[in-house]
Amino acid sequence: MSELLVPFGYDYMVKAMWVSGLVGATCAFLSAYLMLKGWSLMGDALAHAIVPGVAGAYLLHIPFAAGAFFAGFLAALGMWFVRQTSKLREDAVIGIVFTTFFAAGLLMVSIYPTAVNIQSIVLGNILGISDGDALQVVIIAAISLAILGLKWKDLMVVFFDESHARTVGLNPTALKLLFFTLLSACTVAALQTVGACLVIAMVVTPGATAYLLTDRFGRLLVLSVAIGATTSIVGAYLSFFLDGATGGIIVTLQTLLFLAAFVFAPKHGLLASRRSAKLESAA
Amino acid sequence: MSLPSISARDLTVAYPNGHVALRDVSFELASGTICGLVGVNGSGKSTLFKTIMGFVRPTRGEVRISGLSVREALKSNCVAYVPQSEEVDWNFPILVEDVVMMGRYGHMGLLRIASQEDRRKVDAALERVGMTAYRKRQIGELSGGQKKRVFLARALAQESQIILLDEPFTGVDVKTEAAIVDLLRALRERGHLMLVSTHNLGSVPEFCDQVVLINRTLLAAGPTREAFTQRNLEKAFGGVLRHFKLEGPALHDDDDSRAVTVLTDDERPLVFYGDTRASPQKETAPAVKPQKDEAGT
Repeated sequence: MSELLVPFGYDYMVKAMWVSGLVGATCAFLSAYLMLKGWSLMGDALAHAIVPGVAGAYLLHIPFAAGAFFAGFLAALGMWFVRQTSKLREDAVIGIVFTTFFAAGLLMVSIYPTAVNIQSIVLGNILGISDGDALQVVIIAAISLAILGLKWKDLMVVFFDESHARTVGLNPTALKLLFFTLLSACTVAALQTVGACLVIAMVVTPGATAYLLTDRFGRLLVLSVAIGATTSIVGAYLSFFLDGATGGIIVTLQTLLFLAAFVFAPKHGLLASRRSAKLESAA
Repeated sequence: MSLPSISARDLTVAYPNGHVALRDVSFELASGTICGLVGVNGSGKSTLFKTIMGFVRPTRGEVRISGLSVREALKSNCVAYVPQSEEVDWNFPILVEDVVMMGRYGHMGLLRIASQEDRRKVDAALERVGMTAYRKRQIGELSGGQKKRVFLARALAQESQIILLDEPFTGVDVKTEAAIVDLLRALRERGHLMLVSTHNLGSVPEFCDQVVLINRTLLAAGPTREAFTQRNLEKAFGGVLRHFKLEGPALHDDDDSRAVTVLTDDERPLVFYGDTRASPQKETAPAVKPQKDEAGT
């Protein structure tokens, strides 16, 4: 029994667990919105777009998070701009912008090889996170969660029906800008915990899982955040025993939950739809 | 609050790609009006709506709503909007009552927490459109007519003086259509101003007291009696309308030389009888109405 408590005896493990939990919760919150608009791949795009920002920040000796955030924000803005002014579809726009940024990042890293350890950007390293970085991540996540907690209904209206949002006096453009700012910030935070590749899972899977479980957006948010936080904490905890990459374990757990919901969800699950199909054919 | 009104003055809207969607459109609408906005697809109906909603800024001229600029009017909850069905994401995880509650957001505080009064207004709006029994349904589980009623209820709960309705009769059963018309009439009695975009010509003389006909520019605007004439409609629709003219021997074998003209695109036909280029014949429309019922079944 006491063996199970061992991770709690190590400061770095405790830190990893609650930092992951906070990041997981924030990403999950955002995932609920992204999924609804078919913007799920935006998270992936931002995570990759951040790389040149990180490299640039090292070169210029400015804080890593500032560079990352700036690059992510620039990418989001770029995608929005191309989308508004051209007839290209969302997926093409996202693809073009994020590969451009990622390529620029790789180029910078290859030209100035001493600058960054690209591995830690792509894979993340929560167990080795410094106190300073941890604080940064926690501040980003806490502020984002607070803003989302205050504005979740306004964002819901904007995502559901922009015209109506206008008629009740909201400013959809400003709110979308706020949303993408938060998304960029949280991608930066998540980068350090699970790495650029797996951020996408963090901003897609919890929302998608919750979507199968409820028809009310408020509950969907609660479920999504609960899934994100729990899997992240448990994942960090398990990585102590499994000696595996934390990000990999967290995302595996999320996938398992998704599969469970996919099959067993009370209304939208595979079994439920079989059952109702059978009832209908019997009637 | 001042009486509701919409006034467009020399409105010209050009899109960034240079396409001029509307040119020099001017009209005035006042309180206690149902105005039909009639035109073919691409005539600028939706551009006009977008301009009134502040999505598009006019290149020249302006729209004033109840004496306010568009931006001020939207801020003060003056305008409600009932969207076309195609604009709505029916898979959105939201229940009927939550959609109607969105109508109350403009009356709530910063955190959008519903008060007792908000709940009461939502209940009343659902009751008014006969959707109380469906309040806990996810919106995608409803029929076409029920879906429309949800968004009407949202506009009711919003309590705006001006309501914009975008093609409210498309994909709607005959019963819901009648219910919508009843509701609009009741709102007109209470001094509301409604602007209804429609291509359902047959129903226009039945419930609109004003019409605005556009095709890239204003063709006619004014009371239905004066503006909704065969001549103006032919200007608005050109060759797009199906056009049946029943006259002479095909109609009757006396010396009466008057003709029946049926104009329709796909919905209830609009019927003119005799030398009616000046005014529509309201009475003859119901005679042809069963056609639509047949088509609906």
